[in-house]
Amino acid sequence: MAAQPLVTFDRVTKRFGDFTAIDDLTLDIFEREFFALLGPSGCGKTTLLRLLAGFEAPDEGRVLLGGEDLAGVPPYRRPVNMMFQSYALFPHLTVAGNIAFGLKQDRLPKAEIAERVDEMLALVQLGALAQRKPDQLSGGQRQRVALARSLAKRPKVLLLDEPLAALDRKLREETRFELKELQARLATTFVIVTHDQDEAMTVADRIAVMDHGRIAQVGVPAEIYEQPNSRWVAEFVGDVNLIEGRVTTVYPSFVLLERDGLRLRVAATAVVSPGTTAWAALRPEKISIAHEASDSAENGAAGIVTDIGYLGTVSRYKVRLDCGLVVEAAMMNASRRASQTIGVNDRVWLSWTPEAGVLLTR
Amino acid sequence: MRRLSTINIAALALGLAFLYLPIAVLVIYSFNGSRLVTLWGGWSLRWYGELFRDAAMLESAAISLRLALISASAATVLGTLAALALARERFHGRLLFAGMVYAPLVMPEIITGLSLLLLFVAFNFERGFWAIAVAHTTLTLSFVAVIVQSRLATVDRSLEEAAMDLGCPPLRTFLTVTLPLIWPAVASGFLLAFALSLDDLVIANFVTGPGATTLPIRIYSEVRLGVKPEINAVCTIMIAVVATGLVIASLLTKRSQARQDRGALGARL
Amino acid sequence: MGDMSKTTNTRSSRLIVLAPYAWLVLFFLAPFLIVLKISLSQSTLMQPPYAPLLALDAGWQGLKDFFGALSLDNYAALFTDALYRRSYLKSLEVAAVSTAILLFIGYPVAYALARAPRRWQAILVLLVVLPFWTSFLIRVYAWINILQRDGLLNDALLALHIIDRPTTWLATDSAVYIGIVYSYFPFMVLPLYATLERMDESLLEAAADLGAPPWKTFFLVTVPLSLPGIAAGALLCFIPITGEFVMPDLLGSSATLMIGQTLWTEFFGNRDWPAAAALAVVLLVILAGPILLYQRREARALERR
Repeated sequence: MAAQPLVTFDRVTKRFGDFTAIDDLTLDIFEREFFALLGPSGCGKTTLLRLLAGFEAPDEGRVLLGGEDLAGVPPYRRPVNMMFQSYALFPHLTVAGNIAFGLKQDRLPKAEIAERVDEMLALVQLGALAQRKPDQLSGGQRQRVALARSLAKRPKVLLLDEPLAALDRKLREETRFELKELQARLATTFVIVTHDQDEAMTVADRIAVMDHGRIAQVGVPAEIYEQPNSRWVAEFVGDVNLIEGRVTTVYPSFVLLERDGLRLRVAATAVVSPGTTAWAALRPEKISIAHEASDSAENGAAGIVTDIGYLGTVSRYKVRLDCGLVVEAAMMNASRRASQTIGVNDRVWLSWTPEAGVLLTR
Repeated sequence: MRRLSTINIAALALGLAFLYLPIAVLVIYSFNGSRLVTLWGGWSLRWYGELFRDAAMLESAAISLRLALISASAATVLGTLAALALARERFHGRLLFAGMVYAPLVMPEIITGLSLLLLFVAFNFERGFWAIAVAHTTLTLSFVAVIVQSRLATVDRSLEEAAMDLGCPPLRTFLTVTLPLIWPAVASGFLLAFALSLDDLVIANFVTGPGATTLPIRIYSEVRLGVKPEINAVCTIMIAVVATGLVIASLLTKRSQARQDRGALGARL
Repeated sequence: MGDMSKTTNTRSSRLIVLAPYAWLVLFFLAPFLIVLKISLSQSTLMQPPYAPLLALDAGWQGLKDFFGALSLDNYAALFTDALYRRSYLKSLEVAAVSTAILLFIGYPVAYALARAPRRWQAILVLLVVLPFWTSFLIRVYAWINILQRDGLLNDALLALHIIDRPTTWLATDSAVYIGIVYSYFPFMVLPLYATLERMDESLLEAAADLGAPPWKTFFLVTVPLSLPGIAAGALLCFIPITGEFVMPDLLGSSATLMIGQTLWTEFFGNRDWPAAAALAVVLLVILAGPILLYQRREARALERR
């Protein structure tokens, strides 16, 4: 990563009437990064993208591209291109006409435009459909035309607004990998907006999780998943058991958390003091489930299985602990009969290591 | 497939009969050979012959056509701009603007006519052809604006943003993206403005001057004196012109609509 | 990034707003202010036939004289003169009755249109709209052909032995109503059709499924859901009919004197411009409620789409 960021949002605020879409937000995006803005609808992620594209102007703060302030630069003079959620393909132009549109604005020579269009069509494997109109294409084909069109001008940054939302699940999952591969090949900076955490995790080098116009956490996918910095991030990204408790003792490497007679050892990933309330965030797959108690486990609790969800690769178990708490545990179905060994109403023993959980204070 | 009940068929048949019977009578009697309007004297083109020798009537027709062409063109430009302003721009006084755009649609013509005449008098603007042209532009631009605005509402805003994102400045975006998508509405707006201008009697009668006797004004003064077979002939020609224009227009828009429908179907398969 | 010259696009968007805005202020709003001003003036035999005239070269004194000479006399006359009162009331009566008739006969037609097979709908709607595109003068004239003393209606009624001697149709209230209903028919049918056509048919099926017979479904589901269309159609007819001039002039008699004719006569016949202006202002005030209602609906409908 280069030392100087390619894109900088510097204390940006954007309001629509009474609604604050972006709230004093600061963020750096570096060259050749595949960067994801992840958050629920209404969190401001699309607004952030539109601020960069030039469709909105910040009320406060600056948006910088390559160190230059973009204030006052209209969208048609910014060297960034956007792939729209609706694709926004021009219905009156052919596939080739759509891809050539941006190049024609630059008054490139005809031969060069034709060459670049062919190159783009080859890139997204749509050469045979060059003369079709958008309404004669399938959803997946349209998505690729939109991608080709936004890449044709070789933008400094490609902005993708929920690029896969309109595709069905199977196609969406395939396309994620294609996008990632494409980004690596073109070595262009991609900024993607998505509400789908799997999508963000799969494609992005770094993720910014957004909430109410602010950045909740920025990091590489594993960091966001394994070390969420708040209950909100932990819950938004993946499934999690959040166990609230009172901090009783603070040891150098772990913290003792108590609740309804349940005593948890959690690695000291946050600074807490005794007597305060804190949360242990436990991913279901980090909890092991067994019929017999294992004495060696540092954390453990007994309970009754109330529900089992068989999902193919894993099975999820809802367990009501003796203290009343309901905890979810997940186990790989490594052998074909594994899922049958534990049944509903079985009495089971859950165990996990202190490092399995994350200590959260907010 | 949906089928109509007897009551529905009857309602449609009666409704259409009510609409078309008087026109059919008028058209048939325009071919009446008899001088007496009510007496059938056999088929004849006599009154059309008379009509084409009536210099005053022909002159009025020429005036009306020129007027309709000029005012409809101006109204199409202004109305399309007004539609764009309402659909795409945020500005001060938007409410007043919207009010002024929609009001002429229902404003009694007699009020519009009177107020425009008093304006022309106050500013010493000569009454006549150009006064009518201004009046008709004002009246019909509202109709264009409403038609174009409802079409604009169906055009995805992100298409225009996509064009700008790809380096297209606003004016060129309008010409290369927006206009091609809304042209059926602009065209039917023009046609409607043209027809309304050709049709208007009340407003034109207020602001007209010497040498600017439009076709409706002339027909009106003749009709007041009673039914004349020649008027039947004029009316028949006007009906034929309007009907032809409308059918062509609807065929044009239908074909582009059909293409869209086929496309949507293709995408779903 | 030297190619990123910093321009804004406000110039073109200002033009988009400004051109039609200026036009409408000049030719739609300003004229109303002038009408208002003249309605407060006195009629004279000069050219233009009203006083006072605003003398800007007389400066402040001129302005003071001008405002001093304005009066409400014309409005007072409107309320004392029975002729004016009668023509306002007649206009409202004709507009209300015509709108009711239009609704009554327009609803079944709009309903049938909306229920027609899809591929016929476009052509049927075109057929309903077509006469509207022909001149309204032609439409009135067509009825004169039929309604005159030796016209087709009398011929037909005589032939059928419904009447034994020609009846006078022209120059009656009936003729005015026929002409108005005929001319405004598409204005009622189209908004009704638009709401009925959009209506989800599964609602009717749901009502039937829940045990409502067709006539009950019609009154409990279809009619309430088409209220927006009814309101739009009614406003679209009521407002212009109130100010109608041609129909009562060509088809009516002195008994059907509507406000449009009274205004016309004051202006062209009596050359009493201030009285005509006052008549127009009062008509506008009467119609202000319906017009604002219509505008709000129109603006909202367009914004929603």
